[in-house]
Amino acid sequence: MSETPAIRMEGIDKSFGAVRANRGASLEVMPGEIHALVGENGAGKSTLMRMLGGLMKPDAGHVEVFGRDVTGWSTGDAIAAGIGIVHQHFMLVPTLSVAENLVLGCEPKTQGVVLDYARASEDVRKLSSETGLVIAPERLISDLSVGEAQRVEILKVLFRGARILVLDEPTAVLSPPEVRELWAVLRRLRDKGDTIVLITHRLDEVVEISSAITVMRAGQTVARVKTSETTPAEIARLMVGREVSLSAGKRVQPSGRTGSQPNQGLEVRNLSVVGSRGIRVIDDVSFSVKPGEILGIAGVEGNGQTELIEALAGLRSTSAGEILIDGVDITRRSVAQRHEAGLSHIPEDRLRRALILEYTVANNLILGVQKYFSSNGVIDRDRVKENAARAITSFDIRPPNALLAARALSGGNQQKVVVAREMGRGFSVLLASQPTRGVDVGAIEFIHQQLLTARAQGKAILLVSAELNEVLALSDRIAVMYRGKFATVLPSAEASEDVLGEYMIGTKKGSAA
Amino acid sequence: MSASSLAGEAKPTFAAAPWRERAEEALIPPLVALLVALICGDLLILSYGQSPAAVYRLLLEGTWGNAYGFGQVLYKATTLSFTGLAVSFGLRAGLFNIGGESQLAAGGFAAALMGLVLPAGTPLFFALLICMIAAGAAGGVVGSVPAYLKTRFGAHEVIVTIMLNFIVLALLNWFIAGHLHVPETLHTPEIHAGVLPRLADIDSRFHGSAANLALIVAVLIATAVWFYLFRTRGGYDLRAVGLQPQAAEYGGISVNRVWMRALTFSGAIAGMGGINYVLGYKHYYEDGFASGAGFLGIAVALVGRNHPFGVIIAAFFFATLSQGGLAIHAFVPKQMMDVLQGVVIIAVATAVPEVRRILRGARGRSDA
Repeated sequence: MSETPAIRMEGIDKSFGAVRANRGASLEVMPGEIHALVGENGAGKSTLMRMLGGLMKPDAGHVEVFGRDVTGWSTGDAIAAGIGIVHQHFMLVPTLSVAENLVLGCEPKTQGVVLDYARASEDVRKLSSETGLVIAPERLISDLSVGEAQRVEILKVLFRGARILVLDEPTAVLSPPEVRELWAVLRRLRDKGDTIVLITHRLDEVVEISSAITVMRAGQTVARVKTSETTPAEIARLMVGREVSLSAGKRVQPSGRTGSQPNQGLEVRNLSVVGSRGIRVIDDVSFSVKPGEILGIAGVEGNGQTELIEALAGLRSTSAGEILIDGVDITRRSVAQRHEAGLSHIPEDRLRRALILEYTVANNLILGVQKYFSSNGVIDRDRVKENAARAITSFDIRPPNALLAARALSGGNQQKVVVAREMGRGFSVLLASQPTRGVDVGAIEFIHQQLLTARAQGKAILLVSAELNEVLALSDRIAVMYRGKFATVLPSAEASEDVLGEYMIGTKKGSAA
Repeated sequence: MSASSLAGEAKPTFAAAPWRERAEEALIPPLVALLVALICGDLLILSYGQSPAAVYRLLLEGTWGNAYGFGQVLYKATTLSFTGLAVSFGLRAGLFNIGGESQLAAGGFAAALMGLVLPAGTPLFFALLICMIAAGAAGGVVGSVPAYLKTRFGAHEVIVTIMLNFIVLALLNWFIAGHLHVPETLHTPEIHAGVLPRLADIDSRFHGSAANLALIVAVLIATAVWFYLFRTRGGYDLRAVGLQPQAAEYGGISVNRVWMRALTFSGAIAGMGGINYVLGYKHYYEDGFASGAGFLGIAVALVGRNHPFGVIIAAFFFATLSQGGLAIHAFVPKQMMDVLQGVVIIAVATAVPEVRRILRGARGRSDA
């Protein structure tokens, strides 16, 4: 190799207390390439990128950018050297305009005092047309869609002169057409000579867009391969360290689906929810989920999925309509009463809703059912332990220490705690919201199996996921949410990514059957 | 279950973090804070032209070095234990109870009323029980007002408890001055029943010090609080609300009900502290006896890391500083101890993670 790599990281060690996030990790990215950095959750990808961006200093090893040793530099140095990191969670000021957000921190000023708004807008427009990231500079961030907000994030780092772009899971919140647009932009930037590092979980994306791949596992770099010389199955094997089935597995046929049970599943009639700004975020939605059925809800995030699940779970008040579980009206019931009526819920926000991070795994495993683990108001610690031992064994929660704080677990294992708890209680209706978000490949497979098993046991399951593959693979029927309504409900046999994609962005409207 | 395909490798264990690690985690921040305070104290003493070593020796001799001084430390630590436990109980639910002073005063007043109403010769255990229930109820009522206003209207408990301090103390002052005082004083007549034995009654070396049986009551209350927080379902719910209200709500816990309970109990604990002064020391209620104890209770709770037994230890620490201030008054102004207390509180507030988390939570920022 005669060319100097754009990024060369070698022998990187980084520990946080007893946890070794990086162990001799390495990364080499050539200028003008789109490089995919893949690995399970907790493999050390983000840590590695934080050291590149100057947010952390490595314990050992060195970092080179365009041949210059920059080990242990600061964020300011990194930005000045043209490193731009686009974070998974947007860091934009919602009440300011696109242009104001872009120039934040380096505002052009007239006479050094007053913000030169016209010039800021002009700069943004120019950059926009150069890169193909089209967006009106005067629009407010709060009015933008998620895809547009992401464009602003990318523009922001480019505006600061980034030549090396690091994108952390950029497609997690995008619809398929938006993903295609993003790919076009990235290719254009690459053709211009920029270097791009893409952190992702999705192997199909890796294959589609990247030219080289670095695979990390357990803090180490396990492979660096050319995309043209590998397959998704091989990448998955490298990531996990064993064979993985990439499809959601065979359909388990529901047993006893023939109505011998009294369960009637979930029924929702004319449900409406008014959001914080007085807008109807759920607008007269009716549907039902039968026992032994998975109804998948697809849609671009922010079209009411979150509000729908929260309303069903009793965490958000409804303005009209009825919710029934097994024929019992629970619309006005509390969260605890809904649990008793047979509702189980895997929430989308694992870190704030689903777990109490400072509590031990054992204590998290009784959240919501603590009533059944106490007598005369005193917690029965033996039964809490027993319950934890059972869940840890059957759900393979690692490390298998019941007294560890939930905070200390990886995302995948935290999610296993949640799934173990929600599947472990008696229930007839399960709300599963983004059940595999931020979870590694091995755990995804496992959670999918759990959902299919529950379905086979005659549970009614409402699945909300931003992953179209997941919705397509697991659901019996698929609804697409668009602006608080069901744009369509299709049997999964009639659904495909393209069909759903059109409903998701609203170009096609059907009748919500 | 399909789970079996993945399972089998992991043997569940129940290994708590090593004792040393936990001790370090609990003790280092307060010890660092103490060290910082000592350094500041050195500088202050030096600037006053005195030798730090001599002053600190005097401080220790005047507190732990003789029976009277130690008795006074015990007495002061008792009230601080009650108010510290009260503040920490609220903090465990994510609430800042700044109203310890008025809750303590109300409790002391209620205890004095009971002591006056009960006939002389009422058996001590019975009288103590009645007085404590009255004191707890009075403190609880004062604590329930901010709780109600918070859960019903969203009023912030910090504002309401501070304002209630003014209102409750003024009302008590009016009541004492107008109706119940012994002429020429601002205190009630002496109680007939419920007088607690003093330490000096058992060991004459403690003669003159106010240390009394209320200290035992404080330790019992601390044990009860510990049991409630860490062994009962109510405690599970309360701590869950304090750590992550959204997760608690998801787990079917009524956040409002927990808040109501936490502030009411917090007030009740502070209120019961009134027995130390009223039943144990002066045997009457005097206007202003609670002055400063509520605020110092915040410092005690922070330094004690919100753990009931940590609170007791911290109460002894602050009681030592307070009594020590009197012992060294001949060499440096006793206000120096107030400065040191302030430094400790600021250092702890900076160093202790709970405080940072609560402040972060108060700003409503998410933490990924």
